[in-house]
Amino acid sequence: MPLSTQSQADDEQYVLVASLDNARNLSNILKAIAFKDHAIFSATPNGLKVTVEDSKCLQANAFIQAEIFQEFTIREDSVGFQVNLTVLLDCLNIFGGSTAPGVSTALRMCYKGYGYPLTLFLEEGGVVTVCKINTQEPEEPVDFEFCSTNVTNKVILQSESLKEAFSELDMTSEVLQITMSPSQPYFRFVVKNLKLLSTFGNSGNAHYDYPKDSDMMELFRCDKTQTNRYKMSLLKPSTKALALSCKVSVRTDSRGFLSLQYLVRNDDGQICFVEYFCCPDEEVEE
Amino acid sequence: MDCVVTGGNVKVLAKAIHSLSRIGDELYVEPQEDGLALRSVNSSRSAYACFLFAPLFFSRYTIPSGHTFRCKIAIKSVQAVFRSLATLEKTVEKCHIELDEQKNHLTFTLHCKHGLMKTHNLSFQDSESLQAVFDKDSYANVFRSHPRLLVDTVVHFPPSLEEVTVSVSDERMWVRNHVEEEADQSKAMLTELCLASDEFDHFAVQAHNSVTFCLKELRGLLVFAESTGLPISMYFDEPGSPIVLSVTDSVLEGNFVLATLSDDHNHRKNNTKRECTLPPPPPDDFMNDDIDAYLIAMDTSIAPGPSATCLSTPPVADSICSKQSAAANHRTRLHSEEEEEEEEEEYETADSGRPPNKKFCSLFFGSVLSPSSQMTTQPVTSQEVLASDSEDDVQ
Repeated sequence: MPLSTQSQADDEQYVLVASLDNARNLSNILKAIAFKDHAIFSATPNGLKVTVEDSKCLQANAFIQAEIFQEFTIREDSVGFQVNLTVLLDCLNIFGGSTAPGVSTALRMCYKGYGYPLTLFLEEGGVVTVCKINTQEPEEPVDFEFCSTNVTNKVILQSESLKEAFSELDMTSEVLQITMSPSQPYFRFVVKNLKLLSTFGNSGNAHYDYPKDSDMMELFRCDKTQTNRYKMSLLKPSTKALALSCKVSVRTDSRGFLSLQYLVRNDDGQICFVEYFCCPDEEVEE
Repeated sequence: MDCVVTGGNVKVLAKAIHSLSRIGDELYVEPQEDGLALRSVNSSRSAYACFLFAPLFFSRYTIPSGHTFRCKIAIKSVQAVFRSLATLEKTVEKCHIELDEQKNHLTFTLHCKHGLMKTHNLSFQDSESLQAVFDKDSYANVFRSHPRLLVDTVVHFPPSLEEVTVSVSDERMWVRNHVEEEADQSKAMLTELCLASDEFDHFAVQAHNSVTFCLKELRGLLVFAESTGLPISMYFDEPGSPIVLSVTDSVLEGNFVLATLSDDHNHRKNNTKRECTLPPPPPDDFMNDDIDAYLIAMDTSIAPGPSATCLSTPPVADSICSKQSAAANHRTRLHSEEEEEEEEEEYETADSGRPPNKKFCSLFFGSVLSPSSQMTTQPVTSQEVLASDSEDDVQ
């Protein structure tokens, strides 16, 4: 395989080398957070974390552990850079992204350090492509200060039921209201059809209720009744991650900040995580 | 009002609502003793549809006691409840429809698998009664067929096509697109299909009429009928009188009533006259597809009439075909068509010089006083008359 014939000497210049036999194990998960052009890459010996943010109200993180990679070498405690995620995804799919069984693009991602471009060696069927993507100074991701000790309500659901609900939610509504409570209605999404307000006065609203004893519900731990509203435009990107996932955990903290954690299995059945943090629109105490 | 629909009927209800959405923007809901009536009408009042679901369609059916309740809801809001038919089938166990008169809300609650409950509170407005006046059982021509036949016929017309003309003789039905006189004749394409009577389950013609109506509004019914497999019955009379298409089974009845173009009185008289003076058509010879034979047939079978002055014997490309002589042309075309084969003809039409008067008659909405009405969709309780657009029709 051409990629492995690189000399050892080359390798020493890189502070980060990560290889995958199937580039889709990286590209699929990155697509789930690709709602903005730029992404902050942060690598540690544990693995790779890719962060995308929107106007300081929404943040998505994808975690790909070191074990997922066929090779993961890092020469510093922490390596960080920023790249254009759209360009990176285009490169990862440069061979056309064929889903034929047995056909996959191999990837070797190398980074020499501050100021150097991110180099991608991609190979499929004996053809090798080298891509060099300019990197930028990594911005500091917003710290949402979401810690597990502050979590008031937590629910873990199988994604299947949520996928269907989200796909039906009237995406043109501006706001989604989420209520989590130890008593009825337990877990509820409310969509207010603001779009139709003008033609028919208040045209009504819709809500989706999940009972705590549903067989879709894997964990239900709600300490207090909380209702929070979130801009639909901020939640919409998370539907991509939802579509890929098999389980999702929904947590809110005392400030009403929302954390959505998605468990994604890649092509090889390995587990990766995607996490979305979202600020509330305004607090509504009921 | 408190109704519950379970299992597969939820999908049927959803499909009915989607097909009503092809007619108008508002859904008129009226729970009646004989069932739940869902109706829609288009803005020009030239198309009306009504689905009546009998109490047996529901697993629970309770209507407001004492007073009649009627309302209208933005049909898009109701469609949002039943957005994905595939999902409905897979996950919805039952649908509960409840009326909250204080809050002016009609609540649709879908009980789904895994305990998920989807609740939609839809605002409604009080509405007047919406009933079209028609008595399909009195119409001269009645047909019934599997929806596949009509779907397969309609597929030959472009989706943008506005109007079609349906003409019948004792043994055949022709369906062709209707081209406006004002349209650019050099770019007009005419498509015509001929259906034989044995393709229908029931084919009863009393008057050799030709009616022109809007196809677009009908497509909703075709989709509904095809997916439920219910046969479609078609009723029409003379031009100007509406055409009614219905589907029915033991627990539901759907009627789509579309206005048809009316010729003015003059034409109608001439048509009738021509029917009497035409020589009997030669025996059907469908094996003869020869274009020359077609031309000759056009030449000789056309009986002169007061408004048939435009007909002459030029070749097909220049043949003049006016609306007034439409009936005659139908009969002549019959000779060269192959049985049960659908043909597409392309030929140019030119103005006959005097554009005929035509206007779509609005359906007459008003109080129903027909004593013999067996129509369960036509309860005689309403005496409210809605103004028709008849002022516009006077020529």
